[in-house]
Amino acid sequence: MSAQFQADAHFRYVLRLADANLVLAQRLGELIGHAPALEEDLALGNVALDLLGQARLLLTHAGALEGQDRDEDMLAFLREQREFLNATLVEQPNGDFAHVIVRQFLFDAWQLEIYTRLGASADPQLAAIAAKGVKEARYHLRFSSGWVVRLGDGTGESRARAQQALEALWPHTVELFDADDIDRAMLAQGVGVDLGAVQAAWNRHIDTTLAEATLTRPADRPWRWYGKRGQHGEHLGRLLAEMQYMQRTYPGAAW
Amino acid sequence: MSTSRDWPLFEVFIRARGGLDHKHVGSVHAVDARMAMEHARDLYTRRQEGVSIWVVRSSEIIASDPSDADAFFEPARDKVYRHPTFYDIPDEVKTL
Repeated sequence: MSAQFQADAHFRYVLRLADANLVLAQRLGELIGHAPALEEDLALGNVALDLLGQARLLLTHAGALEGQDRDEDMLAFLREQREFLNATLVEQPNGDFAHVIVRQFLFDAWQLEIYTRLGASADPQLAAIAAKGVKEARYHLRFSSGWVVRLGDGTGESRARAQQALEALWPHTVELFDADDIDRAMLAQGVGVDLGAVQAAWNRHIDTTLAEATLTRPADRPWRWYGKRGQHGEHLGRLLAEMQYMQRTYPGAAW
Repeated sequence: MSTSRDWPLFEVFIRARGGLDHKHVGSVHAVDARMAMEHARDLYTRRQEGVSIWVVRSSEIIASDPSDADAFFEPARDKVYRHPTFYDIPDEVKTL
């Protein structure tokens, strides 16, 4: 493989991680003032801020890898939808509280296992970001899995809603573990992680918590949307329109 | 819809640093002890306020009744001799 492909793969690999954090932070930000309790408002806001902080570090690093003088703001606010490389899971609308929690739970377990392994990455900057993020991810998973158990093992309605959210979001987890050329190239260089190992560890988190929550693990189904290759559904565009409005309306605006 | 107002109240105590005691800082609503601990963490330690958290159900605290205040606290008011203020302090003692 050419050096150009390797450099581009490295940039895209980091951008995928960055975009997942950025888009999920934006989704969680939409909930401020709308969570079912004041305490949950703050809890979700804390998670959003953690993810945004990670996104900023990763975007800055991606910009440096690309070498085109794009900083975190340019990457966040001036890219088109097809240039965003987040998994489709994180762009799914908030829906009810069960959707918010299940989406978070599926993501947190994945991110925790990714960061745990990235701590040993051959890319020292990426390793440092992961080492910082893994502590936050561990708390996020504690928070979201606690709620999955409460909802699943709660009332008839909360259980039905949690199961429904699980069924709706499950297909979006396929791409989290489906290694492509970029994943393989980065793994070979020691920069990226082994998604097979991540999946095995993720399965343990999911199965343990779902059993405690008395929820049923959905059947795996084929899936065709790969957000990490820029293939997004209908929801990301509206999210970006809101997130990018200010910079696109007033280019270069700052305070 | 059930809201946090229907959830039990928990009192939150934070230890600011090792060696200090836990201080009451406020309260949170939560449905169980685990959630109370997480809410306490999210609300009261986000600016590095502490290294340890206690939460306890507010209903488990037995509080003195304000109407008992006269009987409870007035009698101590005129017993100044309970304060150690009637001793001569030697000059060598600097930091008492």
